[in-house]
Amino acid sequence: MIESIALILASSLRLATPLMFAGLGEYMAEKAGMINISIEGMMLAGAFSAILGATVTGSPVLGLVFGILAGVLIAFVHATFSYRLTVNTYVIGLTLNLLVLGLTSFLLDALDLGSAQLSKFEIPLLSDLPIVGQAVFNQRWPAYLLWILIPAVWFVMYRTRWGLDMRAIGENPSAVDATGIDVLKRQRQGLLIAGAFAGLGGAYLSVAEVGLFNQNMTAARGYVVIAAVIFGGWTIKGTIAGCLLFGAADAMRLALPALGFTFNAQLLIASPYILALVAMVVFARRSRAPAAYGQPFVRGLA
Amino acid sequence: MTITSTPPTPANTRAVAQTSRWSQVLTTLLLYVVSISVALLIAGLLVSLTGASPWEAVQAIFQGSLSDAAALGLSLDKAAPLLIVAVGTCIATSAGLFSIGQEGQVVIGATVGAMVAIYLHGPGPLILVVTLMGAALGGAAWAAVAALLYYWRGVPVVISTLLLVYIAYQVVFYAVTQPWLLQESGQNVASPQSDIIRNDAWLPRIGEYPGLNFSSLVVIAVLLAVGARIVLNRTTWGFRLRMLGLNPKAARRAGVSAVLLGSLALMISGAFAGFLGGALLTGGSHRLQPGISENVGWDGLLVALVARNNPILAIPVAFFFGVLRAGGGFLASTGVPRYIVDVVTAILVLAIVFPPAYQYLRREIRARRLARALATGGAA
Repeated sequence: MIESIALILASSLRLATPLMFAGLGEYMAEKAGMINISIEGMMLAGAFSAILGATVTGSPVLGLVFGILAGVLIAFVHATFSYRLTVNTYVIGLTLNLLVLGLTSFLLDALDLGSAQLSKFEIPLLSDLPIVGQAVFNQRWPAYLLWILIPAVWFVMYRTRWGLDMRAIGENPSAVDATGIDVLKRQRQGLLIAGAFAGLGGAYLSVAEVGLFNQNMTAARGYVVIAAVIFGGWTIKGTIAGCLLFGAADAMRLALPALGFTFNAQLLIASPYILALVAMVVFARRSRAPAAYGQPFVRGLA
Repeated sequence: MTITSTPPTPANTRAVAQTSRWSQVLTTLLLYVVSISVALLIAGLLVSLTGASPWEAVQAIFQGSLSDAAALGLSLDKAAPLLIVAVGTCIATSAGLFSIGQEGQVVIGATVGAMVAIYLHGPGPLILVVTLMGAALGGAAWAAVAALLYYWRGVPVVISTLLLVYIAYQVVFYAVTQPWLLQESGQNVASPQSDIIRNDAWLPRIGEYPGLNFSSLVVIAVLLAVGARIVLNRTTWGFRLRMLGLNPKAARRAGVSAVLLGSLALMISGAFAGFLGGALLTGGSHRLQPGISENVGWDGLLVALVARNNPILAIPVAFFFGVLRAGGGFLASTGVPRYIVDVVTAILVLAIVFPPAYQYLRREIRARRLARALATGGAA
């Protein structure tokens, strides 16, 4: 029993890690009032480019870098269209998702992609802890980046001028504009960072977790990440908790039948989306969402 | 400050405005040509990457979509679903509500339709009508969830509709894997799907095979598009709807209830998508499968966006997308993966939204510069 708990824990964490990387970026974007729908495309592009990069250069580490760059590239296109040219962000986001899905499927057929996987890194002593030891302290090494990135995101958002600007833009962009800060520029910067995080998450999925790329590999995980940020009530803690919970739901779907439990798989797959909707209904009254959530910034008198 | 010392007078600003109108039309045209060419160039490069010739790919798409009457019919068949989704989207967007959940409404519509068609007994044509109505109601109900969450709790429609798509996918999958619901009856059930619906409740087709033949859905789609245009632009109801979308505050002063009209618009948009789900069931696969929608919800949404929420303009756009979809099936023979069609569609959407946005940005920059010049001129 304890053994299977440890196994489920390990697989929950493994499945949650890409979500957490992407979730940190999405958290920053949403704090600045953006609902970054193209996160799905960024993750998928990251996953594909990581394997592509690893195949071309022969180094999975460079693959990881490729993945991050791919996420940034998608973010750049999105930022240029939506936060420089002010085309509706959902239009561009959805189009980019379809573009990346089509492009990666096309290139997967057209190119010969190999497989590449980053190594595991076992932290001595700690990995011998019962139950959690193997799950938390024996992972593919990029997973440990989270220990640095989570506090870093907190620091940037709550202890720097830039983070203050971002959060202020999420609440009242016109006021920020009036103080002479270029709102769209800040949003572009935020989106690029979100792209880097999402690319890293996608790359982790392919080059660390699985070792190869499949068609539509992210399978709407990007939307799960959006759901996690909402579920987490737009806090870092909540976002991470949401990612872990949804990772666990994914792990249960795989593990429960193997353990002899019968459980409705469809309900587990749909659970992130249902929980996010429920969370939004509950949190709406406490108004924890950024005040300008999802509204495009238009310079004017309003 | 390096602003010119001669401030523009009203006279010469008018002259500037007039000359720039002509040059603006020209630049807009030029921009469209350039950005679409770039899009096609990218697509061509991708095709040559596979070792095939782009020209052969174009020929294959043409052969599959426009070369003879049967191919043309296929294009129409592929275009009609996109058009119906797009027209529904136009109605919701006119009310200022940006719903992206059409895909989910389509599959829910198909599911409800399948339940009606399989469990209801009666004369075939009646079953067909009731199936389509049930499907439309199903889609409307799925959209009503988003409307409820928005007006009751302020949950953004974009988010709720998006999340509901992925819940809908699981609902369908659940329905076709449960023997007590819709799973195919019989001993050895291979794949998750329902029984075939009775063939006297199939959506009729127009024309015979070697010649031009297409689903009657094509006619329905065009009628719906024209009807939506008339209702939106020529009726009081449509006026109130557009007023709600353009200026909610003014609409409220004029006595328009945002909750009622907005919810109704969302539900009508859902009903269009749901109806289409029923039509795909009765006119296409004739049985419920998880992949029954073939992404028409997403692509139909793109059609509406490219057509800038004009149902009439959506007709040619949907036809063009339909041509790409129909031709895509023929690409396999040239060795080009059919996914190139999705890529081309997406790049074209970007290429088409770019020019007006770029023009807008330039106008704004110019206006800002002019305002600054006038301001400094006034101060001097």
